[in-house]
Amino acid sequence: MSRIGVFVCHCGENIGRTVDCAAVAEALKDHPGVAHSEDYKYMCSDPGQALVKKAIEEHNLTGVVVAACSPHMHEKTFRRACDQAGLNKFMCEMANIREHCSWIHEDREDATAKAIDIGRTIIEKVKHNRPLEVIKIPVTKRAMVIGGGIAGIQAALDIADGGHEVVLVEKEASIGGHMSQLSETFPTLDCSQCILTPRMVEAYQHPNIKLHTWSEIEKVDGYIGNFEVTVRKKARSVDLDLCNGCGDCWAVCPSKRIPSEFDAGLSNRTAIYVPFPQAVPNQPVLDRENCTLFKGRAKGLKKDACGKCKDACLKNAIDYDTEDEFVVEEVGAIVVATGYKLYDVGREQPEGLKGYGEYGYGEDPDIIDGLQFERIASASGPTGGEILRPSDGKEPKTVVFVHCVGSRDIDKGMAYCSKICCMYNAKHAMLYKHKVHDGRAVAFYMDIRANGKGYDEFSRRAIEEDHAEYVRGRVSRIFRDGDKLKVWGFDTLNDEQVIIDADMVVLATAIRPNDGVKELAQKLSCSVDVDGFINEAHPKLRPVETNTAGVFLAGACQAPRDIPDAVAMASATGAKVLSLFSTDELEREPAVAVVDERTCIGCMRCALVCPYGAIEQREICTVDGQVCGHTAYVNPGVCQGCGTCQAVCLSNSIDLQTFTDEQVYSEINALCMWE
Amino acid sequence: MNSQHSDTFEPRITAFVCNWCTYTGADLAGTSRLHMASNVRIIRLPCTGRIDPLFIVKAFERGADGVIVSGCHPADCHYTSGNYHARRRFAVFHDIMQFLGVDPRRMTFSWVSASEGAKWKDVVNETVANIRELGPYEAYRALAPDAVEPWPEAVDGLTPAGDQEPAAKEVAS
Amino acid sequence: MSTVVDATATQDAAARQPAEVLAYYPGCSLHGTEPEYDESLRAVVEALGVAIAEIPDWNCCGASSGHTTDQLLGVALPARNLALAEAAGFDRVLTPCAACYNRLAAARLAVAEDAALAEQMPDILGRPFENSVEVLGVLSLLREAAADIADLAAAPRPTPNPMVGAKLAAYYGCLLVRPPEVSAGDDPEQPMYMDEIIQACGAEAVDWNMKVECCGGAFSVSRTSSVLRLGRAIVEDARRSGAEAIVVACPLCHTNLDLRQRAMESRGEPRIPVLFITQIVGLALGLEPEALGLKRHFIDTEPLLSDLRVRAAQRVADEKRAAEEKAAKAAARAAKAAEAKAAQAADKTGADAPADAGGDA
Repeated sequence: MSRIGVFVCHCGENIGRTVDCAAVAEALKDHPGVAHSEDYKYMCSDPGQALVKKAIEEHNLTGVVVAACSPHMHEKTFRRACDQAGLNKFMCEMANIREHCSWIHEDREDATAKAIDIGRTIIEKVKHNRPLEVIKIPVTKRAMVIGGGIAGIQAALDIADGGHEVVLVEKEASIGGHMSQLSETFPTLDCSQCILTPRMVEAYQHPNIKLHTWSEIEKVDGYIGNFEVTVRKKARSVDLDLCNGCGDCWAVCPSKRIPSEFDAGLSNRTAIYVPFPQAVPNQPVLDRENCTLFKGRAKGLKKDACGKCKDACLKNAIDYDTEDEFVVEEVGAIVVATGYKLYDVGREQPEGLKGYGEYGYGEDPDIIDGLQFERIASASGPTGGEILRPSDGKEPKTVVFVHCVGSRDIDKGMAYCSKICCMYNAKHAMLYKHKVHDGRAVAFYMDIRANGKGYDEFSRRAIEEDHAEYVRGRVSRIFRDGDKLKVWGFDTLNDEQVIIDADMVVLATAIRPNDGVKELAQKLSCSVDVDGFINEAHPKLRPVETNTAGVFLAGACQAPRDIPDAVAMASATGAKVLSLFSTDELEREPAVAVVDERTCIGCMRCALVCPYGAIEQREICTVDGQVCGHTAYVNPGVCQGCGTCQAVCLSNSIDLQTFTDEQVYSEINALCMWE
Repeated sequence: MNSQHSDTFEPRITAFVCNWCTYTGADLAGTSRLHMASNVRIIRLPCTGRIDPLFIVKAFERGADGVIVSGCHPADCHYTSGNYHARRRFAVFHDIMQFLGVDPRRMTFSWVSASEGAKWKDVVNETVANIRELGPYEAYRALAPDAVEPWPEAVDGLTPAGDQEPAAKEVAS
Repeated sequence: MSTVVDATATQDAAARQPAEVLAYYPGCSLHGTEPEYDESLRAVVEALGVAIAEIPDWNCCGASSGHTTDQLLGVALPARNLALAEAAGFDRVLTPCAACYNRLAAARLAVAEDAALAEQMPDILGRPFENSVEVLGVLSLLREAAADIADLAAAPRPTPNPMVGAKLAAYYGCLLVRPPEVSAGDDPEQPMYMDEIIQACGAEAVDWNMKVECCGGAFSVSRTSSVLRLGRAIVEDARRSGAEAIVVACPLCHTNLDLRQRAMESRGEPRIPVLFITQIVGLALGLEPEALGLKRHFIDTEPLLSDLRVRAAQRVADEKRAAEEKAAKAAARAAKAAEAKAAQAADKTGADAPADAGGDA
């Protein structure tokens, strides 16, 4: 037999003005199962809470109903009070007679009657509440960072400096990401590599950071605090423990004409190579797709066609027979920092995108993208920092920069703004003018978006001090005309057509999520938006979290980001991870689904609708170990308590704690007992 | 009980709402002091995905004249996709109810976000006005056994309203 | 022999596209300034086994003068033609002229998108109008038939396909690709569908820059100087890209580039013939130049045509000689192998054997 205590709050005048609280308390006193009922001016005050505690002890209450404000307001307060008085806190519920009654009605009689109804409903629910315990989840205090660009490096360093071990996984042979390719950075024009490489080395040498380069994520199991991530370490063919990075191997490699990814295709590399001189780790990788030996093996040659690098290696570090290795890392939190790639304009792409074929990108060597210009302007680039055009190595006297190529136009690419192009175009124009004093830099723009600290000043400087010519309008066509590139555009401010004979054209192509992000998001049970960027949990209040607890986002995997943004996000994820690691056990409300194995038929419809992948199939065995059936099992660490599974269960075998079928049907029964 | 189609008929409306959007939106209507009809009783659930269509059948059986189901807007679900499941489920359920002879106007499905207190008020007032026009709904009430203990006590391991629940299922099947 | 092959191929094509008769809307240009487009189109659709029937009592499509004067008139004029086609029971109407295509398609779209306008139409037209007839351009039709064209162009026949190896510049102009809502093409900025038809004919579509630039259109008479300036850029770029002819699918483009080309040249550059896509397809299918109206152009097409014929004959002769040489070599190799075998056999069987072998041969 339930002994429920009912506590009706006046909330000063807030409830009392329209609801006769004393009458409510009086009416509910006679409700079956109610052992005690009273009203008080401010139930949430200390004396009010004391009333609740006292009643629990005096009447040996089995449940408490506080008829007051919204549960979003004071449920925690009263549950804590019950807990202190020795009553399981999940036996306490709020009846919302303020927001849902006194504040929205004027008629005192109506409002009082409704308040009584609401009270009865919650009393009936509480009769079916069960004592529950908060769920405690142990935390593995070790983090994984996926992606070794500036965001990943920053996140790894912040977590590692906080005293926890970090596994940093990088797809390429070296960490550093796109930032290592940049010449200078806006708005300060300081050298990108000069500020990045110390960070790369710091990450490499940090005692708490374990580095997996040339590696990808194969599989993610588990949940917050307890992830098991399988990392595929791609066969590098070079033993990193033995290799001393001397360079003898790539000096003898016969395949010397492979386009360098680091130089964005503007220079060539060998098949065994270090991506760039400052690479971390500064040890080579053997690119099997382009290696003479492996190409021969793929063709089925019995004898290896080459072997020069192995012969040249004095440390005996090269082994052609290594295979992909799988390493399982146990971590408590995951930071995704997979970055971006540039829109390959004018080409058919897997996403069905294709736009700006009329710009001739990829067909004419002097029409390049922003990253290629970075390489040309970089002191470590193929031209040694001299601005020379790719086709004939001449110094271009007129360079046209085109903004928004693929951005902000759904018909030609993406609907969103790529955020960094306005700034890097201004930077490119400045770098060009600083090196080619008699040159002419023309930029075609839609709008100038320079909303960051020192950003607008920077882009104004490009126009006012370095005399970059900014033309507001779009370019309609770019084509080769002898030695020149004809750029046809329109100046919308002067309302006239503009034709420029350019020597080189730089396209600010749109930022897109990196390859494989969608697959990675699936492995992490995260969603991606229409453009393929990973969704954050809340665009304003939870920008670095995802809907999967324990998985965080840093940098351009979430949206186009510049370096300061990416670093800020990375440090934010660092703070999130460190706060997660500050306790040994995570506490969670027990609002999770549970399966009744006695009646579950193992149809797994629940698993199909679960947004979190929290439901798995379990085998049922006989006493002698024979598998005799299957049932569903809800992992309480992963379940978020939405209850969608319960509504699809055919055999009523899954129940959401705190919102069980019993509780809801009792509420419905009570609600409709109106007289 | 007033079964007459008259001005004095006060409809009973049960609202099944999600905790994160519509319940909070209704809270906002309260803090904004938006006055509305007092005929709606809210049952709070974590998500519209949790709403079993049988809840609605049950509500009609227990004397509701109308039902409101409301949750987060598409793409805003706190649980990512619960409202999509609900939307599909109720699209089908809507037709079944019509087939079973329940005027579909007795069921209101809407999306009310946490910031739409005013929209909640409109949903409530419009539904009350609609149901007032339709009159009371009694067809299903006969299905409930007369001798129902009005306030049954929980029995461990058993659904207290177990007698009626299968009846409700038969109706829906 | 070869005519038999052609006939079966034509029958095949006809069998694959059964029964549908396309309504044919020639428009004024094809009856007036550019009859060669009409002639070549009729010849080509017949060869491809596509049946067409002219819409009875068709009227002006309203291009330029009509739709710039009054918006409603600009919709009603083409809509009347669609209504006539509809009444005659057609599903699709073929409009070779790019301007007509544009007007008919735009009217169809305008009526489809505006319910009030659709309601008005029967009243304005004085006849029922369901807007059920699709509008088909010549390029879309030929692209549909590209596989048939490629088969027929490659079929063996006495006079070889002169189009093989011809370098042609596909010129789309404006009305075939703009506005994108009514364009049947692919990428409005970088269309390729005429290029594909040219390739199906066995010719080479050159990569050039002016394929969608304006030719001056209807300003041919009122502002000839502008037309000359625009046309010059197009012709010069075609010449620079190595094209031997410019291919068009619009009578206005043809007029401007063909009739005005003499006035464009400044230093006596060689003129580039401007041909309709239907003429190119017709030549590839082996139709006679007279049937395709090739004599009607202002720029003489004969030098190009004879050059192409000579090259084609040369190519066929070369191929024949190469085949013969190959066969001769293979025969020689076989003979040599047989000889060696015989010699081997002779070694084994004794001195009499060679005489026997010789006797057998």
